[in-house]
Amino acid sequence: MSTEANTDITKLDVVNIDNYKERPVVLKADHVEKWFKLPTEQATGLKQAFINWTKGIKGYEEQRVLRDVSFEVHQGEFFGIVGRNGGGKSTLLKLISQIYYPNSGSIEVTGKLVPFIELGVGFNPELTGRENVYLNGALLGFTHTQVDAMYDDIVEFAELEDFMDQKLKNYSSGMQVRLAFSVAIKAQGDILVLDEVLAVGDEAFQRKCDDYFTAVRKDPSKTVILVTHDMGAVKRYCTRAMFIQEGEVAVIGDPSTVAERYSLANLEVMRKEEKARAKQLEEDPNTYPNGLNARCPVLRTYGVSPLLLKSSDTFRFAVEYQYDEPGDFYLAIAMHDLRRGGITYDSGPRVFKMKKHGHHTVYFEIPLNLFNNGEFRLITSLRTPSPGNEKMTDAVAVALDDNACTFSIRDPRNGAYALLSDRAVEFSEITEQEAERGAEAQRLRIEAEEKIGGDLR
Amino acid sequence: MNTKTIAQHLHERYGYAMTVLKGLVKTDFKMRYQGSFLGVAWSVLKPLLLFVVMYIVFARFLRMTDGTSSYPVVLLLGISSWQFCTETIGIGLRAIVDRGDLLRKVHFPNYIVVVSASIGSLISLGINFLVVLVFAICLRVQFTWRVLWLPLNVLELYVASLAVALIFSTMYAYFRDISHIWEVLQQIIFYCMPIIYPLSYVTNKGGVYAELARLELLNPFAQTIQDIRHNLIAPETQPTIWNSFGSWWVKPIPIIITLLLFWLGVYVFRKNSRKFAEVM
Repeated sequence: MSTEANTDITKLDVVNIDNYKERPVVLKADHVEKWFKLPTEQATGLKQAFINWTKGIKGYEEQRVLRDVSFEVHQGEFFGIVGRNGGGKSTLLKLISQIYYPNSGSIEVTGKLVPFIELGVGFNPELTGRENVYLNGALLGFTHTQVDAMYDDIVEFAELEDFMDQKLKNYSSGMQVRLAFSVAIKAQGDILVLDEVLAVGDEAFQRKCDDYFTAVRKDPSKTVILVTHDMGAVKRYCTRAMFIQEGEVAVIGDPSTVAERYSLANLEVMRKEEKARAKQLEEDPNTYPNGLNARCPVLRTYGVSPLLLKSSDTFRFAVEYQYDEPGDFYLAIAMHDLRRGGITYDSGPRVFKMKKHGHHTVYFEIPLNLFNNGEFRLITSLRTPSPGNEKMTDAVAVALDDNACTFSIRDPRNGAYALLSDRAVEFSEITEQEAERGAEAQRLRIEAEEKIGGDLR
Repeated sequence: MNTKTIAQHLHERYGYAMTVLKGLVKTDFKMRYQGSFLGVAWSVLKPLLLFVVMYIVFARFLRMTDGTSSYPVVLLLGISSWQFCTETIGIGLRAIVDRGDLLRKVHFPNYIVVVSASIGSLISLGINFLVVLVFAICLRVQFTWRVLWLPLNVLELYVASLAVALIFSTMYAYFRDISHIWEVLQQIIFYCMPIIYPLSYVTNKGGVYAELARLELLNPFAQTIQDIRHNLIAPETQPTIWNSFGSWWVKPIPIIITLLLFWLGVYVFRKNSRKFAEVM
């Protein structure tokens, strides 16, 4: 994959979805710009404001959050907005909900917009569930009779029939969230604006929401605008999506393209951050690599054997450490499976007790015969005994990132899918009688053990 | 047909605001006596008890009086009217900030939060008036045709208080000093009005004081409160702006001030209302 071409996300990309274009536009953002005044001095007092004024200090600096954002959402669309934190998507959402107003450009909304920016707007813990539904409804602009009409629907969706006359403060937090969410989605609005709400409630409720979103996706009269980090949700529900980056529309169009660009942009940012950290380390000798500190400035695991081996090989590696504090200390080594995830093996915290303080190197080996192909990483931690608990240890430092040692196993005899090779373990086929007989023996043994255990008690 | 379209037009324009207003006022009223044993009964009981205390202190011990038997009721009426003003302005001033979480999450006409504070105070005022009425009847006050003016007087008092609340709530969103300033200002205004002292108390000193006393009536709050007392209970003893000044150039000054204040309040509030969600 040529990364250069794929990470060029600054280019505006429009994927046309023709059948939506025919429907009326319900939300139109036209060259929207938004900046905030960030106070540089505390200016909520008259005194400070006066001092600033006399000194000719503005008292704030402008932070541009959105620049030249234009897009249209058509009726019936399920429109996703994605972006990194601080990228301006929440501001955009508040602009859409008319809580903020753009500094220039315009936002036009046609129809009734129901925002769900935070859970339970105006929910009052001292009121009952029923009163809160009516209050919440009123804030969203529904009259008493209108709420009457949708009340049963809301309660049913929230599954709170038996609790509506209880005060909200007696609800569990999950119940509150369910009620709030049900009001938002069952309210008869034309445009529903949702901010990061897919992780609401327990599994059963999630499934219900999933069903609802899947249904609303097909409903041509309801428009949904969803802001999320969850690319799975974008691909699953959205008919169109938009990626906002640094206050600008980076990509708009088909959800899977947008999701892909978003993920790539994130990788890019992470790589940049890593580079910046490495650079900082080089420039400043007083900072320690991730995982290390002044007590243990050196802890490094590195391969002595070549880093690409066969299963018949034994991997030999070294751990270099520097630790000067008196008292016992240990090295613990964990082997992580990078391909499949999880920890393949761990030495245990109190196995390798180090004899020498100071700057030293110790050597280890591990046979590879049991493993299939894969990439493994050895992560060493330096530990001291926990005061008051003989079995436990506390980590002083951990060798992460460049200080960890990664090696690979490639062997024609091996498979690539499972972690353990056929040499380590194997399934064998047996007859029904063998299975029954074996199982019976095990049951008898368990019963006997339980009996002994009971007698002893 | 024409009236219907006007009604529809009004409904379109203010229907949403009314819905929100109803919701907020209802909640506020429910919350006020939440958890108390007597509940709503307190809204009558509290002014009643306060009045009894004031009556004992001012009328019996201090013997503050203008010589008529109705003076205690006049006093109570004045104090409850002024209480309405301070409550409207005091709660209204904080309304924008107190309801900040709401303003940051939903879009609705945000003057509603100030208006809802004033409606809450208006309800208390109504209850207080009832209690005053009971006292008045007990003290055998003779009511005259002048009570018909009362709704207009109350309207003026309401508009003036709301205007100040709108101005201060806007300022409070930016400068929290306003609440302290208002507390001091409130005291100054209170003593510059003939509420706990009869106006005659100052006028009788003669000379400059008499002139100054008349000027007190130019303050719209003083003017309306005096009007309310004059029209409801004691037409003979309560001087108003209408019978204190001869010139028709002077008489309408408080009403003009009220209208100007209201215009200023609406103007300032509207100008800044879009920024409230951001500055808090």
